[in-house]
Amino acid sequence: MTTLTQAVRSSSTAGETPARAKRVKLESRRALPAFYWMVWPAVIAFALFHTLPVLVGIFFSFTNYAGYGEWNFVGLSNYLNLFRDDRVLAAYGFSFLFAIVATILTNVISLAIALGLHAKIKARNFWRGVYFVPYVLSILVIGYVFQFFFSNSLPKILSGIPLFADNILTNPDWAWTAIVVLGVWQSCAFAIIIYLSGLQTIPGELYEAASLDGASAWRQFRSITFPLIGAFFTINVVLSLKSYLQVFDQIVALTNGGPGTSTESVTLLIFRGGFSGGEFAYQTANAVIFFIVITVVSLFQFRVLQRREADF
Amino acid sequence: MTTATTTLAQAEEALPDVPRRRRARSDDDDTRRVNWWATALIAVCSLTILIPLYLAVVVALKTPDQLVSGTGFEWPDPVNWANFPEAWERTNFPQALMNTALITVGSVVFTLLTSSIVAYALARNIHRPFFKGVFFYLLAALFIPFPIIMLPLVKQTAILGLDNQAGMIVLYTIYGLSLNVFIYTAYIRSIPIELEEAARVDGASTWRVFWQVIFPLLAPMNATVGILTCVWAWNDFIMPLVVLSDPAARTLPLAQYVFQGQFNTDYTVAFASYLMAMAPLLIVYVFSQRWVISGVTRGSIK
Repeated sequence: MTTLTQAVRSSSTAGETPARAKRVKLESRRALPAFYWMVWPAVIAFALFHTLPVLVGIFFSFTNYAGYGEWNFVGLSNYLNLFRDDRVLAAYGFSFLFAIVATILTNVISLAIALGLHAKIKARNFWRGVYFVPYVLSILVIGYVFQFFFSNSLPKILSGIPLFADNILTNPDWAWTAIVVLGVWQSCAFAIIIYLSGLQTIPGELYEAASLDGASAWRQFRSITFPLIGAFFTINVVLSLKSYLQVFDQIVALTNGGPGTSTESVTLLIFRGGFSGGEFAYQTANAVIFFIVITVVSLFQFRVLQRREADF
Repeated sequence: MTTATTTLAQAEEALPDVPRRRRARSDDDDTRRVNWWATALIAVCSLTILIPLYLAVVVALKTPDQLVSGTGFEWPDPVNWANFPEAWERTNFPQALMNTALITVGSVVFTLLTSSIVAYALARNIHRPFFKGVFFYLLAALFIPFPIIMLPLVKQTAILGLDNQAGMIVLYTIYGLSLNVFIYTAYIRSIPIELEEAARVDGASTWRVFWQVIFPLLAPMNATVGILTCVWAWNDFIMPLVVLSDPAARTLPLAQYVFQGQFNTDYTVAFASYLMAMAPLLIVYVFSQRWVISGVTRGSIK
């Protein structure tokens, strides 16, 4: 509405002073037509392939659609049933346990390695290249290599420890730790790169001043390095938690949700129930809840983490 | 949201400094001694990266008998190359490779062409409500997890006849839009508008300004977006898994998944197949390593 009024107003101005028309047009509220042609097709395509499926999903979450055949509206019963479904609650429990542990490990390890790669070391670029290799590998494919390692190599190497000797992937209590190992191994590559770029933004003079004052290396890290890469820490934690909550490939490669359903994540549950379990509507309701959970967690993290960020 | 902007602001502040500071630091480095402790630690830790890759190679070079007798890590003697031709045949490797290559190249090309145009229009009009609205509309989608789209999307692509390679290209191009537009706009806003105005005074249209003035200047961001899209499309598993219906359309990760059941305990052939699936991108990476890392760095701090 406002845009329309503005457009009318600006076109009338242009009409009054044709000599200045071009300049007025550039400064008016309405952009050149070409800019609209650049944006509209993308907006339509995005709405059609992204927003529309989201809305269709929300719509079906209020029905009893099985993925085929007839369906009726069932109100909120899908949502109510979700909270009473042990399998769903277990999937959320597993996803959060996995995501929190993996996020902490990823950030601690990748920050430590980034500090090492930032120091004056021999063949620095070579080592950076090595640590970034997992980023270009498919999680599923390298996951199959890890699966062989956990199920065939480790039982022979650590045959003295029952947990590993009996193949950790078939242990309902500890199989999730193997998935954490694969997840962290793969995600560290990207996190290291983000931390390295963060470390490069810190002026070296700060460290010189600190060491003149007699600050120890640990003190320098705590009082200079860590506060100044706060924004990068926030980004890394938010991104890793969000992607870990949606864990899928790692599980398919290692345990496929087993033994039993002890390593079934929310994404895997939605995939299985929705496609082969005849629970299309029920699992879209699950996905809607999952979306809300992820959004709330991300926003909450931003708020908490930003409070303790420092600036130059 | 605000953090992203903060990072952005910091990055913009820091970026022009980086070359200067790096030069200053390398001068400083000449006087500073090599930190051998850190070097040793980094070298030891890198074994965690290299050992799984080593395992993938040695298992693929063994016969089943050689594998059964050990832990898997022993170097095979004699080396058995026969696993590779067998994996090539059994997984129909050429077809999966062609599908993945087609989808990856198509996605990268279309992403570069479309995301940059959209980002240009948004960056130059961000003060206008419509464009600002579109920008935040696209950005908000970054919060939406794939599982919520997954189930309805499969129905939709099947109805539209897009459950094939062409559909994958369309989906990667569209789903990448959010992040790519975000990466591009930050960069385009740092390009002085005077450059365009000069071209406009000479009578160039907006499209011409974009193709002849702006697009060439976007080269570093094109590299970044291209790399991110390439790695994503090449390695993605869940989207091909749910969208592609025809076995002839299978991508490399999907083929590994499908044949996993058939390989069963036939690990040596399976590993040869894994190696062949990982090799193309790994080889490209080895030869363009520094370029890839700097490209991804630019993307992550923007």
